[in-house]
Formats: sequence, structure tokens, C-alpha cells
Amino acid sequence: MHEASITEALLEAAVEEMERAGAGKILCLEVTVGSLSGVNVEALRFAFEMLSPGTPAQGAELRIVETRASCSCRACGEESPVDDPFSPCPACGSLDVEVRGGEELFLSSLEVDEGPEDQGPRRRE
Amino acid sequence: MKIVSAKKILAGNDKIAQANRELFDKEGIFVLNLLGSPGAGKTSLLEALLPRLGKSLPVAVIEGDLATSQDAERVAALEVPVVQVNTEGACHLDAAMVASAAEALDLPRGGILFIENVGNLVCPAGFKLGEHLRLVVLSVTEGDDKVAKYPPMFRKTQAVALNKVDLAGALDFDEAKVEADLKRLLPGGRLFRVSARTGAGVEELESWLREERACRFGNASG
Repeated sequence: MHEASITEALLEAAVEEMERAGAGKILCLEVTVGSLSGVNVEALRFAFEMLSPGTPAQGAELRIVETRASCSCRACGEESPVDDPFSPCPACGSLDVEVRGGEELFLSSLEVDEGPEDQGPRRRE
Repeated sequence: MKIVSAKKILAGNDKIAQANRELFDKEGIFVLNLLGSPGAGKTSLLEALLPRLGKSLPVAVIEGDLATSQDAERVAALEVPVVQVNTEGACHLDAAMVASAAEALDLPRGGILFIENVGNLVCPAGFKLGEHLRLVVLSVTEGDDKVAKYPPMFRKTQAVALNKVDLAGALDFDEAKVEADLKRLLPGGRLFRVSARTGAGVEELESWLREERACRFGNASG
């Protein structure tokens, strides 16, 4: 259940971005998770539900975008998306392939509120 | 307001790992992250390696476990400096734990520091500690399907020590399968056949560690 540590790190990263934008609340987080990152998406959702209350991301929507690894075939030259690091080339069946990527794990974007109006113009990146 | 971030979630850990690495490089310490399931024989392999390496190199160990200092006691019995980290439930070591352990440790300047991770074939894979290399200990009693079933761990290591090979005859363990799976996941990775119990293959592993250390930090000072 390393998803708990990952969620803590995610919340930390999101709050940092929120503060940099001068906002006070996170409405939505979009996270990119590769199919070979070793992160279980259900466990990540569960950990987010457990850990987000009491943070500026309380009640925020967690959107998870799952990315796939890429299988590049030395036999036919095709580049195909795969989920299995042992996958043969989906195009020609050759085992002479290199599976790359699928290890993505990042906060792609977040939506934050504009904050109280009386604070004047906000600093943006 | 939408903010586009593209921030790596584990960037905080990566940053501390980088600082650890800079400290280790500055002190000329070659650092190995030792991974594997509970019971794979990580500590036993250390018990086989440390007396051999310790003859000509300073060595030290950081032991990671959920609870107890049993592993640290085993290492301390070899008169090797050791610090036990208890993660109190966490399933992996992170870079900050290693940073505090390193502060408490008599650092093996010019030698080798082993970080024995929490026994777990899943969670520690994503957490860099500041190590130069990883070594996964996989024992034949775990079965020959583990490389295929736990790809993140085996994709991120540089070498695998297949332990308990002295028991292989009593099991239906297909070594060729492990070799083939590793070849596809980890082209160029090293596979060592060892038995921490009988000492078989430990010399090859020791030579590899010495070479990897020397190619980064030069020959031993004495």
C-alpha cells in the first residue's frame, strides 16, 4: 500500500502549486499514472479519500489518466501501445521487441478556486 | 482556474535522494539498495558478503524493517556498523529515512554502504534512496514466476541474485524461465546464482560489487 505515501506526496505537490497560484482551495486534480508504474489506481483513489479531508483538496475530484507502455518492434518496425511488459508485438507477433515507458506518475494539472476577491490580483506562473 | 503542472509526484523524494547521492559521492561511498521479498535471504546474503568485503573495504549497513532490530543485531554480530530503521508500518524505505539513518551511521568512507530495504517486491520499486545500484534478491523457493509477476521491481534494478540455489533440486524451479523473463525486462542486467547458506556464487557477486565500486571511485585506498 505505497499508494498512501504517493498520495501524501501528491497532496503536498498539489498544495504547493495551489499556493503558488495564490488560491485557497483545490477543486480537481488530474494525475497521470502509467500502466507499469506499480501504482494501483483503486488504491490511489482509496488513499485520496482517506488522506484529503482536512487539506485544501478536501472534496476535490481526482481524475486519473492512465497511460500505456510502448512496444517497439525490431522485426516489423511498428510502435504499439501495450499494458504487459512481456507483450509480443501486437502487429506481427514477434518477440524481438523493446517495451518502453508506462512508468509515468505525475500531477498533470489541477483546478483551484480564485480565492477571496478582496486579495487583489494573483500571481501566476 | 486551471494550473498545468506536470510535476512528478515523487519529486520531493527524488530531491532528497539526490542530496543523499551527493553526500555519498562526496565521501566516496558506493551505495547498494538491496531489495526482495521477506525471506528471500537479503540479510543472509549480507552475512555472507560483509566479512569478505570487510577484509579490504570499509562497509556499513542500513537495515529497513517494519519492526524489531533483529536484522541489525545480525549485522552488528559481524562487527559491521549498522543502523536499524523501523518504518512502523510503511512498506518501503524512502530517501528521508535514509538521510536520517546516514546521519546516525559511522559512514564507510571509501567503501560500500548496503541499504537493506523492507522485504517487499512491490512498493520499494518507485522510491529512490540515493543508491548507485540496485540488487534484487530472489530465492528459488519463491517460484520461477516472480520476475514476470512483479515487473516494476525487476525493470528498475541492475542485477538479480538468485538465492538458495542449493535447494533448486528439491523444487520444480525453472531457472531458464527466470533468465528469459529477465532478459526481456532487463536487457544487460546481471544474474548471479548464489547460496548465502553454502557460500556458492558469493565470490562472483563480491567481485561484481568490487568492480562496480572501483569503476566509480577508483581502487581501494588500502
